[in-house]
Amino acid sequence: MHELSVTENILAIALKHAEKARAQRVTDLYLVIGQMASIVDDSVQFYWDIISAGTPAEGARLHFQRVPTELQCLNCNRRYAPADDDFACPDCRSQQIRVVAGEEFYLDAIEIE
Amino acid sequence: MSQRVTVVENILNANDQIAEQNMAQLEASGVTAVNLMASPGAGKTSLILSTVDRLVRRLRLGVVEGDTAPVTIDSERVLAKGIPAVQINTGGGCHLDAVMLQSALTQLDLDQLDLLIVENVGNLVCPANFRLGAQRNVLIASVPEGDDKPYKYPGMYRGVDALVINKIDLLPYTPFDMDYFCRGVEMLNPGLATFPLSCRTGEGLDDWIDWLVEQVRARRRV
Ligand SMILES: Nc1nc2c(ncn2[C@@H]2O[C@H](COP(=O)(O)OP(=O)(O)OP(=O)(O)O)[C@@H](O)[C@H]2O)c(=O)[nH]1
Ligand SMILES: [Mg+2]
Ligand SMILES: [Zn+2]
Repeated sequence: MHELSVTENILAIALKHAEKARAQRVTDLYLVIGQMASIVDDSVQFYWDIISAGTPAEGARLHFQRVPTELQCLNCNRRYAPADDDFACPDCRSQQIRVVAGEEFYLDAIEIE
Repeated sequence: MSQRVTVVENILNANDQIAEQNMAQLEASGVTAVNLMASPGAGKTSLILSTVDRLVRRLRLGVVEGDTAPVTIDSERVLAKGIPAVQINTGGGCHLDAVMLQSALTQLDLDQLDLLIVENVGNLVCPANFRLGAQRNVLIASVPEGDDKPYKYPGMYRGVDALVINKIDLLPYTPFDMDYFCRGVEMLNPGLATFPLSCRTGEGLDDWIDWLVEQVRARRRV
C-alpha cells in the first residue's frame, strides 16, 4: 500500500528536476532501491502508469536497480551477503558487523527530451 | 534529443523535510515525541495505557493515535484516562507520515505537554521509512510474533532508538529464543536500548518508564 505514496514521491521528484532542466518530456527514470527497503517493483509500476498519466512523465520507463544487502565484518573485514536467518560473519563468526549496502532508496537520474 | 539528468534524491525527501519541521516545532515547545511502531496487536495501545497510568502524575502527556480506519477504539481508551488524544485516520494507508503528524500537532496545545506518544499504524514493513519528526522512534516486538523478526524485517530494527519486547509473560508457552532474537537485533543496531516487559503483568515496565523520563529530561526539567 505504501507503494502509492512512494510512487507519488518519485513522480514529484522527477517532474521537479525535469522542469528545472526545461524538459518537454521525461522518458526514463533510474531508481536505486536496496533490498532492505521493502518496495514491490510491480506495484510501483502499476501506480506509475496511473498517476503519471497526463504529466510530462507519462509513459516513462521505470528502471529498478535493486541493491542486495551486503554486510561487512568489523573483525576480519570480509564483505558478504547474509543468510536469511543469520547475519554473523561466515568466516570468523563475528557478530560485529556493519551494513554496507541494501538501504538505498533514491532516484538516481532521469532521461529527458 | 535525449539527455540524462543526475538527480540523486532520496525518494522520501519531501516527507523527511516535513518531519524536520515537526521536530523543530516539538523542540520549540519542549515536547518529547515518541513514535511507537509495531505489527498489529503487538501491544502499542496496551503499552500506551500502562505508560499513562505510571506517568500521568509526573508528566503532562498527550497521545496521537494512528488508525487505518475511522475506528476510534484505541483513542477512546486513551481519552478515558483523561489525557488529550488526537486520532489520525490514514484512510487505509499503512503508516503515518510527517504531514499527518503535522496536522495532528495543530490540534494539540504543545506548550502544555511534556511527552507526546504517537501510536503508528500496525505494520512492520514501512513505517520505518516514513519519518514523522518524533525525537525518538521505538519498535515494539512481541513474543508471539516469533524470534525471527529481526532477520525478516531488518529495516525496522535498523532505525529505532529503543526496542520493547512485549508479552514476556507468554515466554513459557512459546519456542521464542531470546538469545537468537537479541543476536539479530544487536547486529543490526548495536547497543540498542531494549526493554523486555509485559503490559499484562507489569513486569519490566519500570525500566521502560525510566528510559522515557530520561528522554523527556533532556528537554525539560521534570
Ligand atoms: N499476554 C499478553 N497479552 C498482551 C500483552 N500486551 C497486550 N496484550 C494483548 O494483545 C492484544 C493486542 O493489544 P493492543 O494493545 O490492542 O495492540 P496494538 O498493537 O495496539 O494493536 P493494533 O492497534 O490493533 O495494531 C490485546 O488482546 C492485549 O490484551 C502482554 O504483555 N501479554
Ligand atoms: Mg492499538
Ligand atoms: Zn569476520
